[in-house]
Amino acid sequence: MVGELITPVFWLGIMGLIFGGGLAYASTIFAIEVDEKVPMIRGVLPGANCGGCGFPGCDGLAAAIVAGDAPVNACPVGGANTAKKVAEIMGLNADLTDRKVARVLCNGKNENCTEKFIYYGVKDCKEAMIASGGSKGCQYGCMGLGTCERICPFDAIHVTADGIAVVDPEKCTACGKCIDACPKFIISLVPASKGVHVDCSSKDKGKDVKDVCTVGCIGCQICVKNCPEKTISFANNLAKIEYAGCTECQICVQKCPTKAINSQLKKLDEAANS
Amino acid sequence: MTSLIIILLSAILVNNFILAKFLGICPFLGVSKQVETAVGMGAAVTFVMGLASAITYVVQYAILVPFHMEYMQTIAFILVIAALVQFVEMVIQKTSPSLYQALGVYLPLITTNCAVLGVAIINISAGYNFIETIFNGVGGALGFTLAIVLFAGIRERMVTSPIPKSLDGFPIALVSACLMAISFLGFQGLL
Repeated sequence: MVGELITPVFWLGIMGLIFGGGLAYASTIFAIEVDEKVPMIRGVLPGANCGGCGFPGCDGLAAAIVAGDAPVNACPVGGANTAKKVAEIMGLNADLTDRKVARVLCNGKNENCTEKFIYYGVKDCKEAMIASGGSKGCQYGCMGLGTCERICPFDAIHVTADGIAVVDPEKCTACGKCIDACPKFIISLVPASKGVHVDCSSKDKGKDVKDVCTVGCIGCQICVKNCPEKTISFANNLAKIEYAGCTECQICVQKCPTKAINSQLKKLDEAANS
Repeated sequence: MTSLIIILLSAILVNNFILAKFLGICPFLGVSKQVETAVGMGAAVTFVMGLASAITYVVQYAILVPFHMEYMQTIAFILVIAALVQFVEMVIQKTSPSLYQALGVYLPLITTNCAVLGVAIINISAGYNFIETIFNGVGGALGFTLAIVLFAGIRERMVTSPIPKSLDGFPIALVSACLMAISFLGFQGLL
């Protein structure tokens, strides 16, 4: 009885020992020299494996940074702090770029925008997109069904009571997941430091925009003509602010007849007060 | 000699592990997007299967049978295969990092590739001797390589073909795998 028990344990143990020893020996022969910086950099990266940097996960980025294929500030999620730590490990100065955040370029709140029909389907933007492009009057407008909210790994985007998704710039890490998830393609990365945005993505003609939305860009180009920095461009019936030249003078905000250009006034007021 | 050739041909064509026995489907579908990685996977599987056939034969007749532990067959064979796969992984990581990247998770998954355990157990149950075992193992692995490389060639073409959206990806891959299996059935009359 005991023998029946011991024999297999003994022989399988012997086999395991032989294979284990063989593998241990092989691992010294086939050892690969891993740069010790890789695990160190991997340690300071956020570890969300979001892929926002364009590399396959944080391990991929760490290897790319050490190999010199990626800059030290390649991680959009970690921001300046992570870049600084990575730069310390790499022995470089971090050339810090402007932090970016996602922004939903639509202000078509329920009170501003009409509905084509009442949508009773699955509460998901991609599903609603199949039903005649969603119930929103404007085919470019945010449907507010929260696909972006559910995909955001950082709890930074939420559908408000007004029926559109709004990004919390404090929490947003510019990982880009919502940008890919949005079936309307109306989420963009904008510089976090800039406060004036054209909150409309409609490429329709002015009359069509006016019919469905009170705050859409109607393509009047008043902002283009009035911008002192000549930094607003116009294409596809839509004004676009080139953020590099924007001084946040807010002339466009005042001149826009439909208030499609929004400024984060609160933020600018605070800046003025301080 | 004739019987060895018959075993080899039968393992490659007639009793093809993927298309006739439906073993090892996971890497067949997972690593068949590019011919190059498919060849690498085939080579890794060929090495593991050939060596596993030989070692499991020795384990079976030198350890399991004399000590009446045939019931431990599965565990002992898995131990052999797992150790071999670890070894192959080390070799590939050292010699070809790009192939290592391309094979990804499917390389350690050779451990659980049922074709490898399948060939070891079939060798024993068919009562092959040592030489026949190795021929059957290598033949089975070559059949695996043949199927996965042919399939990868088809899938490379499929990427550029106008495939209906509902069939895009795995559905069309499974349909074409099925058609391949049917065409391989034609080899049944060979022996």
